[in-house]
Amino acid sequence: MKKSHILILVVIAVAIGIIVSTSNDASTYVGFDEALSLSTSGNKKDIHVVGELKKDDEGHVIGITEGADRVSFSFVMIDDTGKEQRVNYNQPMPADFLRSEKVVVIGSYHGTDFNASKILLKCPSKYQEQKINV
Amino acid sequence: MHYLIGDLGHLFVITSFITSLVTAFAYFKATTVNDLEKKTFWLHNGRTGFYVHAAAVLGICITLFVIIANHYFEYHYAYNYSDRKLPVYYLISTFWNGQEGSFMLWLFWQAMLGLILIHTNKFWEAPVMTVFALVQAFLASMILGVVIPGLGSKIGSSPFILLRDALHEAPIFMAQPEFVPKDGNGLNPLLQNYWMVIHPPTLFLGFATTLVPFSFCIAGLWMKKYQDWIRPALPWALFSGAVLGLGILMGGYWAYETLNFGGYWNWDPVENAIYVPWLVLVASIHTMITYKNSETALKASIILVITTFILILYATFLTRSGVLGDASVHSFTDLGLSGQLLIYLFFFLLAAVVLAVFRWSEIPSSEKEASTYSREFWIFIGAVTLCLMGFQVLLPTSIPVWNKILHGIGITSNLAIPGDQITFYSRFQLWFAVVVGLLSGVGQFFWWKKIDKDQLKKELTVPVLITLIVFALIVTIGQVYTYTYVILTLAGVFTVVSNTKILISLLKTSPGLSGGAVAHMGVGMMLLGVMFSAGYSKIVSLNNTGMRISNEFSEDFNRDNLLLFINEPRTMWGYDIEFLGERLEPRHHGGYIRKSDVLPTADRDLVVVKRDFTVNGTAFKANDTIDIHGENTFYEIQLRKNGRAYTLYPRAQINPEMGGLLVSPDIYRTVSADLYTHVSSVMKPSEGNEWSKLEEMNVKLSQQFYANDYVCVLESIDRVFEVNGARLNPEDVAVKAKIHIQGEKGDYYAEPIFLIKDKMAGRIPDEVADLGLRITLLNIHPETNEFALGINTRQKDWVVIKALEKPYINLLWLGTLVLMGGFGIAMTRRVREFRKMKAKGFE
Repeated sequence: MKKSHILILVVIAVAIGIIVSTSNDASTYVGFDEALSLSTSGNKKDIHVVGELKKDDEGHVIGITEGADRVSFSFVMIDDTGKEQRVNYNQPMPADFLRSEKVVVIGSYHGTDFNASKILLKCPSKYQEQKINV
Repeated sequence: MHYLIGDLGHLFVITSFITSLVTAFAYFKATTVNDLEKKTFWLHNGRTGFYVHAAAVLGICITLFVIIANHYFEYHYAYNYSDRKLPVYYLISTFWNGQEGSFMLWLFWQAMLGLILIHTNKFWEAPVMTVFALVQAFLASMILGVVIPGLGSKIGSSPFILLRDALHEAPIFMAQPEFVPKDGNGLNPLLQNYWMVIHPPTLFLGFATTLVPFSFCIAGLWMKKYQDWIRPALPWALFSGAVLGLGILMGGYWAYETLNFGGYWNWDPVENAIYVPWLVLVASIHTMITYKNSETALKASIILVITTFILILYATFLTRSGVLGDASVHSFTDLGLSGQLLIYLFFFLLAAVVLAVFRWSEIPSSEKEASTYSREFWIFIGAVTLCLMGFQVLLPTSIPVWNKILHGIGITSNLAIPGDQITFYSRFQLWFAVVVGLLSGVGQFFWWKKIDKDQLKKELTVPVLITLIVFALIVTIGQVYTYTYVILTLAGVFTVVSNTKILISLLKTSPGLSGGAVAHMGVGMMLLGVMFSAGYSKIVSLNNTGMRISNEFSEDFNRDNLLLFINEPRTMWGYDIEFLGERLEPRHHGGYIRKSDVLPTADRDLVVVKRDFTVNGTAFKANDTIDIHGENTFYEIQLRKNGRAYTLYPRAQINPEMGGLLVSPDIYRTVSADLYTHVSSVMKPSEGNEWSKLEEMNVKLSQQFYANDYVCVLESIDRVFEVNGARLNPEDVAVKAKIHIQGEKGDYYAEPIFLIKDKMAGRIPDEVADLGLRITLLNIHPETNEFALGINTRQKDWVVIKALEKPYINLLWLGTLVLMGGFGIAMTRRVREFRKMKAKGFE
């Protein structure tokens, strides 16, 4: 066997290893119900939940509470299946949070609370998002 | 309304697009025609075309800058990203705050590079500039903003769009089409940072320079000059490696200084997207150098150079198409360019691959098997490692793309990027880094010596011994006990030591060739710096009072944070630490002013001076109005040890765009470690209102009294004729008391006012925020010559801080500089080589 062949085999092996481990470590997008059952069954891996903020009839976001330290907050989110859940976030509110169309929270359940370690936002397209202050 | 300037800008954009197409065509002709006269004709045309193109690109940039600098808020770009208060240097960063501007920056750099290439390389001009002009055409199309008639779809997003066209549904424009806003939205304060002035241009210069080796490579394949393209491409690849690397690290340094996650690298998809091409670029530099010396690895060089450029395009697609929307903390808005970006990516991918496949069998390659003791073998292994390192990052970063593709063929995938990205990537990258470290140590010996087994042993003995000694010292002193970190330390030390040895021997003979050794020393230092600063970062602001800060906070918060009351020293990290009060930042002067020395006004960015004081040599007089950065509050924190004092100013920023309060650290740098301090909880502005019950006392002029345990003197009582800037009526009376208070740190004055206006008594109390003291002039008793003062006290000002120790992080920054130095030396050498060949008439 030539050295170059061995090298190619090693590279392929490493690449496969990377692919396998990536798919093992990859998180998943789920609803809150599934996230809770995953958590109670002992899966502590961070999960992604996609949803929207809870809004009143006039479209104002409701259910936001500012943390005692001012640099954390919690909010109510409704996932794609319609389940409501309070989400705690240990950091200040991210940019454009209240204007977001869609929110992705990454984190896990602690008891009945969902603690997000990261929040991602999907904002309306650039030209619709701003209002003008006259 | 200034329509002309926008139309002019738009004209420049269209000109730049058309001229780039014309240039590409002309240079294409110049490359393919055989007739010498026609060739000259087309060359001349191509060159003229590119000159006009470059001028148009420059025109676009100047026009946009004029719009921003003159505050033409009728334009969307100026309105959205700037305001009247921004100083000039941040107006420059406004320029690349929007996506359109960053495309322009890219366009600009490539136009400049094209001009340089035209003038330095006549031989390759036609084919190289064909590729260049094509890339420019694609980039210019991104900011074209033209609707194709009939198709209804828009090409590109123009930076010269009017606000009313951008927000055509806004009610104000329905009523008043000529409406121009008085002021803009302003630049996100987070980006008002000097690094944000220089980081984007550096990064985009890095992006732009990857095009040069790519163009030479394509030109080489096209002209069937499979070997000659490497010589002119190599110095550019080195330049690109240095600039792109520097740009990436500047971004990291900005994050370290400005954001509060405590690090310089977060493995965010946006960071990854640019890290991967850099790794492949570095790998391509290695194979190109191998080829220059031994005529091997030519095919590998071609593949890697093409891959680097394609990965840059892929990174652009990832970050700008909105595909990462669910995956990155940077919320990207889709400008509707995804399709265009995909065409851009696939055009060059397919063109390069097709060309390479057609020419593949003609590319010379050595059939000789590389020996295990040859340098080629080890460098190749190194390049492979770098590529795998990139692959490991690229694969998970692309998960959103995989999902889209699977979705396209009807499979629903709910895979997401791993939640804890830092742990996930570090686990792999650490081992790759170990391999890279060991290879760059051993590889260098193979490089400089024709070596066999015995000689290798002989050469390596000394460096290995020194490595082991240094390693043992570091592990013991630094208390590195985690086995992965121990191995990483070994690899890092070995790289530094063995390359130092090579460097010493090279300095004696040929210092011009030392680029590689220097660069690899830098890599070793960076490995050590990363290992220590990330692996051994620890929280030092431990709550050592035995009391909880607040029951509302979590256990972790109460343990890891330190509550500091104003002027009450605590100990931390072996220092006495003391909070000296809240500070504000004047807009046009250096230094910080005490918040208690000024009064707020209705405008957040304006304050009025209460009494004369001097900051950094600038004297401020009472009743002066000062421009400040109203969104920022700084917390002056003093560290003292052995009679020396150091001051930190961590910042809290009210940033509505970021939804609330945003904290930035201040960093106290020592040789061996950084003390990284940020505030973790601050007083709410309303909290100052919880005053104690009013305590009344009668004092005479010059009499001493105590308030909140501070010594006070009533210095004077004066009649005033103006209150809060408003003149009083002749029948009204107002008097102002001046009370001198001795604080722990310097003196304060409280100046409460007693006034009779329209026959009604009014009192305007004065607050000394630093001391938690409010004094009211309650009444005047002329019969006893006494004045009645009311004293309220409250809890003293406080701040909660968190501080982290980042050991040996300077090794990382130093290593970066050394690496850049190495790139610089290597580049100089290759440029000289190129000039020599040019002088001989080879280029």
